[in-house]
Amino acid sequence: MMSEHIVRAYDKELDALGRRIAEMGGIAEKMVVDAMDALSSVNSELAQQVIATDPRLDALQREIEEQAILTIARRQPMAVDLREIIGAIRVAGDLERVGDLAKNIAKRSVKIGAESRVTRAVVGLKHMNDLATEQLKDVLDAYALHDVERAQAVWTRDAELDALEDSVFRDLLTHMMEDPRNISFCAHLLFCSKNIERIGDHATNIAETVYYLVTGGTLPADRPKGRPEATPAQLQAAGQ
Amino acid sequence: MADLYPRRRRSNKVWTVLSLAATAFGLGWLVFILGALIWNGIGGLSLDIFTKITPPPGGEGGLLNSIVGSFIMTGIGMIIGAPIGILAGTYMAEYGRHAAITKVVRFINDILLSAPSIVVGLFVYQLCVVPFGHFSAIAGGVALAVIAMPVIVRTTEDMLNLVPNSLREAASALGMPRALVIRRVAYRAARAGLVTGALLALARVTGETAPLVFTALGNLLFTADPRQPMSSLPLIIYDFARSPYPEQQKLAWTGALLVTFAVLAMSIFARVLTARANR
Amino acid sequence: MPSEESSQMNDSASIDQPSPATSSATRDKILARGLNFFYGGSRALKDVSLSLRERKVTALIGPSGCGKSTLLRIFNRMYDLYPNQRAEGEVLLDGENILAQDLDLNLLRARVGMVFQKPTPFPMSIYDNIAFGVKLYEKLSKSELDSRVESALRRSALWDEVKDKLAASGLSLSGGQQQRLCIARTVAIRPEVILFDEPCSALDPISTSKIEELIDELTEDYTIAIVTHSMQQAARVSEYTAFMYLGELVEFDDTSKIFTSPREKRTQDYITGRFG
Repeated sequence: MMSEHIVRAYDKELDALGRRIAEMGGIAEKMVVDAMDALSSVNSELAQQVIATDPRLDALQREIEEQAILTIARRQPMAVDLREIIGAIRVAGDLERVGDLAKNIAKRSVKIGAESRVTRAVVGLKHMNDLATEQLKDVLDAYALHDVERAQAVWTRDAELDALEDSVFRDLLTHMMEDPRNISFCAHLLFCSKNIERIGDHATNIAETVYYLVTGGTLPADRPKGRPEATPAQLQAAGQ
Repeated sequence: MADLYPRRRRSNKVWTVLSLAATAFGLGWLVFILGALIWNGIGGLSLDIFTKITPPPGGEGGLLNSIVGSFIMTGIGMIIGAPIGILAGTYMAEYGRHAAITKVVRFINDILLSAPSIVVGLFVYQLCVVPFGHFSAIAGGVALAVIAMPVIVRTTEDMLNLVPNSLREAASALGMPRALVIRRVAYRAARAGLVTGALLALARVTGETAPLVFTALGNLLFTADPRQPMSSLPLIIYDFARSPYPEQQKLAWTGALLVTFAVLAMSIFARVLTARANR
Repeated sequence: MPSEESSQMNDSASIDQPSPATSSATRDKILARGLNFFYGGSRALKDVSLSLRERKVTALIGPSGCGKSTLLRIFNRMYDLYPNQRAEGEVLLDGENILAQDLDLNLLRARVGMVFQKPTPFPMSIYDNIAFGVKLYEKLSKSELDSRVESALRRSALWDEVKDKLAASGLSLSGGQQQRLCIARTVAIRPEVILFDEPCSALDPISTSKIEELIDELTEDYTIAIVTHSMQQAARVSEYTAFMYLGELVEFDDTSKIFTSPREKRTQDYITGRFG
């Protein structure tokens, strides 16, 4: 595979970057899982934990950027090394946003508290979150292994997540129309579902970065979108 | 490690002292020779030296014919030897740098360089004296040329070889023909060295005696006709130094003084030229 | 470890056409085909084909001994100065084969100039250094010669620094100035192609930048080829880059492609500092 640089410190710097990304990835993954758990099991302590973890992620992202900039200044990287460093900067940015989104979910779960629950809707959301978590995990593996096929699989599976978000949306709309007392709760859940869908988008971003890193090319501009148009009637009913 | 150091310092001192002593020894002889020359020769320096010809035994005179003869014969020698030497050196360094014949020529040249000068004289005797039946300044000049030429060939080749190839390539890259590259760039860059080489050859032949013995023979009367035998300073020194007459011996000292200081001046001039070029 | 990476790299599309993949409207000023070069009995260039696009900069990179300087020196037949060196193949300058035996080398070198690694001003005044080459081929009046010298010095960004001391020896300038003097000297005879053989190796970073800027400006009028040890320099100044290794042309493409995603693994290994 890739032989080593003549200057070993160069390899060490690239390895350090990779390790930090892996660390960020692990933290982000856990945040996403824990935020959902906090929401579904009304565990405000867990939620606070998630919120408290976010600064660590931010700090890691800054570290990665600093390290990448230093490596660029020092080594004048070319070709695959250059793509790798740019990739690291992009992935760090994506993971930091994932952390923010998980934190937002956790915050919402605190807000919701022990309000009246429509457990069915939460189940749908959990399903979404599981898928998003799996996407994240897969794409981070793809990144670590420089596996283009796996990245492409993540990229195409995003359509599933979008479709799922769609059905959760319709579901929540139905609940809100059924019983006005649900509106507040479901509105919160709507935001959460949007956040989870965005987490999936970030995973797709990372997949594109992996593709670029390995091949130097870009995936087609139109990412697969799985959203059928919501019927005008439903939108009207929701007060659009 | 520390105990080796005093021993090194001591041995350093010993060798320094030995080197200085050797230098002093060598320089001492030089000073002695120059001193003896000046002491014995300066008394005889007068206008007569440059106006009167060499005297018969017992008489008074000067060194006019010898001085003139030296000029004429070294002149002939350089006019013949220098162009041939420079052109040969140029061939060896430029056109023929990688040719096999250059190695052969260089080898032969080095032999000629250290050929006994009396053998050269004998050779030229056979060549220029015997066919014409008499000694002549021309023959003397030819002998001097044969002595000067190898020196000039050697220095020309060495000096031209010192000119970096990058300079020649730069000139060629402008589209300059080979001959112009040599004339306008290589010669110009090696100018000081080439002149120095010629000067050194001149200094060498100024003091040559043996080759002139069988070719120019010497002449106690004044003549500027190169077809006649002619005197020169080294020849007259050789003659008068063995003479029992004190006046002639005195003249020999003065002649030696003149020759030595002429050679000294030329060598110093050559060195000054080199120093200026290296600035 | 997955094989994706190596499969991307070993796309060994042999280079059957010497021009880079992305062809543009410019034509080939110099076209080399099937070049083999020999130092005595040993072969230094193996079947090399490439082209120098008109009014563009082509960089030749590769580790020491790969043959890039050898290749460059074929373009102005500089090797002809040495008896043991010979070239086989075809090199077309505007369609004319310059490897032909009966070619007038001096005229060729007036069309294809060269700037060397070590600045070599001639041992004469700055003015004469530049007028030297001009006087070889053109008969100019004093004022015409003056203006030619001035324009050459301006073109090389040297005029302001030497305009008051044109009679000073060329050797009295600093290294960077001497190199610019050599460039002025080459530019003065109005060639069509300029070959640069590691022009900045012996210079400090500021002089290097000035000369890179100069090359950028010279591209307007001249076709340029540059051999360089610095990949960053090749990336900065050239539009096309050729990577050579052990006498072979490994990859020849747009510079931007070579330095962001080269096709050959050897190229990538070299430019990322994994060997060489």
